[in-house]
Amino acid sequence: MNFIFAILAGLTVGAAFAAMTLRNLVHCALCLTVSLIGLALLYLQLGAEFAGFVQVLVYVGAVAILILFAVLLTRGGEAPVGRITNSLGAGLLVAAAVFGVLAWAIIGSSALKALPKETPQPALLVKAVGDKLMGEFVLPLQGIALLLTAALLGAVVIAMREKSSPAGVAVDSRSATRNP
Amino acid sequence: MIGIGIVKGLVQTAKNLIGTYTDKERLVTIEYPEERQPLTEATRQFPFLVYDGDDPMKGLRCTACQICEKECPPKCIYIVKSKDKRVDYKGQNQFYPAIYDIDYSVCMSCQICVEVCPFESIKMDTAFELSTADRFGGLLVNKHQLAKSNTHYHQIHPTEAAASDEAMNLERAKAAAKAKADVEAKAKAAAAKAAATPTASPEASPELPKPAAALPKMPM
Amino acid sequence: MASLDQIFVTLKEQLVQLFPAVLQPYVGVLLSIVAIMAVFPGIFALTTVVERKLLARFQNRPGPNRVGIPLTKIRLAGFGQFAADGIKSLTKEDIIPRNADRKVHFIAPFVLVVPAFLALSVLPIGRNMTALDFPETGLLFFFAIGAATELSVFMAGWSSRNKYSLLGAMRGIAQMLSYEIPLILSSLTVVMMVGSLSLVTIVERQTSVQWGFFHSWHVFTPWGFAGFLLFLTAACAEANRTPFDLPEAESELVAGYFTEYSGFKFALFFLGEYLGMFAISGVAISLFLGGWSAPFTFLDWVPSWLWFFGKLFAFILFFIWLRGTLPRLRVDQLMNLAWKFMLPMCLLNLLVVGVWHFTAEWNELLRWSLATVLLAGPYWLFSRSFEARFKPRTYRYAADSPAAPVVAPVAPQVPI
Repeated sequence: MNFIFAILAGLTVGAAFAAMTLRNLVHCALCLTVSLIGLALLYLQLGAEFAGFVQVLVYVGAVAILILFAVLLTRGGEAPVGRITNSLGAGLLVAAAVFGVLAWAIIGSSALKALPKETPQPALLVKAVGDKLMGEFVLPLQGIALLLTAALLGAVVIAMREKSSPAGVAVDSRSATRNP
Repeated sequence: MIGIGIVKGLVQTAKNLIGTYTDKERLVTIEYPEERQPLTEATRQFPFLVYDGDDPMKGLRCTACQICEKECPPKCIYIVKSKDKRVDYKGQNQFYPAIYDIDYSVCMSCQICVEVCPFESIKMDTAFELSTADRFGGLLVNKHQLAKSNTHYHQIHPTEAAASDEAMNLERAKAAAKAKADVEAKAKAAAAKAAATPTASPEASPELPKPAAALPKMPM
Repeated sequence: MASLDQIFVTLKEQLVQLFPAVLQPYVGVLLSIVAIMAVFPGIFALTTVVERKLLARFQNRPGPNRVGIPLTKIRLAGFGQFAADGIKSLTKEDIIPRNADRKVHFIAPFVLVVPAFLALSVLPIGRNMTALDFPETGLLFFFAIGAATELSVFMAGWSSRNKYSLLGAMRGIAQMLSYEIPLILSSLTVVMMVGSLSLVTIVERQTSVQWGFFHSWHVFTPWGFAGFLLFLTAACAEANRTPFDLPEAESELVAGYFTEYSGFKFALFFLGEYLGMFAISGVAISLFLGGWSAPFTFLDWVPSWLWFFGKLFAFILFFIWLRGTLPRLRVDQLMNLAWKFMLPMCLLNLLVVGVWHFTAEWNELLRWSLATVLLAGPYWLFSRSFEARFKPRTYRYAADSPAAPVVAPVAPQVPI
């Protein structure tokens, strides 16, 4: 158990470190994917099947691909020549601050205190998750759904071509006059 | 409705699938080594040399005139003329090829050699299974391999071979007629001479082939 | 017959008993792995030949019929072809482009094949025959594992440093992301009805007898039929099968994202594609076609695993049939189909499932006609709007009269 945890934790942290230090951005994104998979495996090791597989489905299947697309579409995936940033001190400061806030939140959370030291693995049923989402947390769920829909519509509006002249022939008519 | 076209297409291909098992006529593929498509008469692959009679080397029509060698665009023909002469189909004394090689790997099957040959000697063959393990020597064929009988020519290209025979017969008849005319002219001249000087008649027969022998040099 | 039905289960138990108690769980796992690694690649080998032969028949050709046993005249109707292909790809030189990203290029085929095997392991291939049973999240596991396919496609396409590869990868990812939504939404109907994500439970629920003589497969309901067709279409796209084989369109992109692969790595891609097709067919069988259950009760004596593999072969044959029939879609048509037709239909199907669930006490005829109308009406409307859009194309420069430049209707771009 602890041995498996050590392997998974090593994989996750190692991949995250590689994602941070590698020069090639696509390599970084792929290492981040490995790190996310490691996280999913940690969930699985804790018996949270649903969370683990959703992590893979969402982060590996969608977010990682999105990152890769973004990298490819912006800078071609080539390794940057010089140093990315000079403000190492500021970066360290921000990282330490984020880590501190997260650690404080986790250590101070009520869930951690409520857990007994030796817990039997709780049976996390998908049905229970669904019931919670549709019962207790239905309002936040609807709020998130609304937000995501708004984001989707916003993306469509941004990506859509502007239709200045009728039926989107603006570009075509120009090219037609150029090459009669 | 979406999907109707897909179903129609599926039915069509299913008909093909079942049809190929029930109706062999649907299968258009000819399974080559076992089945062969009959060659059309216009088939042409690589040239060969025609011979008459039984002995390929004696009956070879080629007179080593080297026209084909000079005309060949990729220069794949190599001819060495013989030192001696022999009597050809017209009864005239001719050279014959001591060496006649064609490199099939260079030949482009343009058929120009066939068109320029004045002796109906080189023709196009239909053999196409010429693959060989020897990349360099295997496709370099000599006159023994090239020589094929006139009957073979009749088999592969009957119409053309008949026309070729006719042309040769015409040539032969012309030559014979000319020879006869020459003989008669000689005889007449001899008679005239004999009338003048009776001792000249024995000279007439050795001189007989001379005008005919000059004939093949004409196309050069 | 029960013994024949469970023959593999008992065989495995007997084999495991031969080992000491400490090793038994490991041996059990190993045996399951070996079975999956042997059976499905075997089917793959068979499929490659069958596909070539059937495609030929669909086009009035005899197909491969030469390769048999070497050094003899026995030809086996060409079924030795897969061995020849395998030996060829094993012994062929493995070429890596000079500018390729060697590590990513090397890893990509494995990222495709390993998840394909994992996805196969959750399939209930017979009664009590599931290698990896997740009682809570079986279907979710399948879709999560499927995400690795996109990653592999990207890795292969990007690392090759080839424009065709990259184009193929871009197309592939766009297509897979788009069609994953209808795929998941259409399978969600079954999850809603059964109330479980476990494929084993879903199959067992379909073995109940309906109207006395046939099993209540989900495909025998209006929502199940619609869901099955939607799932099948999306599965076709996920498995990169024709008419959705844009990522590896031979006539446009050489071989798409695996253009720069040769030898055994190419064979691995090939294997991964087919294993993915088997896996998604298996899920379709489990979700809609009753898994390992027989269609009619009087056929229950046939072993359950035989039913599963029979259905799998039927699926493979259908995919081959489709490939022999349909031409490839254009990219905009592909996206239009996914976002403007399949997504609304999937959402509608979810609604119909809800209606079906809450009208359980109604008269069967009324319930059926209500669900059918709810599905068929919008389908007809969508079809009409699609047909209006897909008029015969006119090309500006190819038109006969240069006077009137006809602009082909530009399909609105859908963000991915």
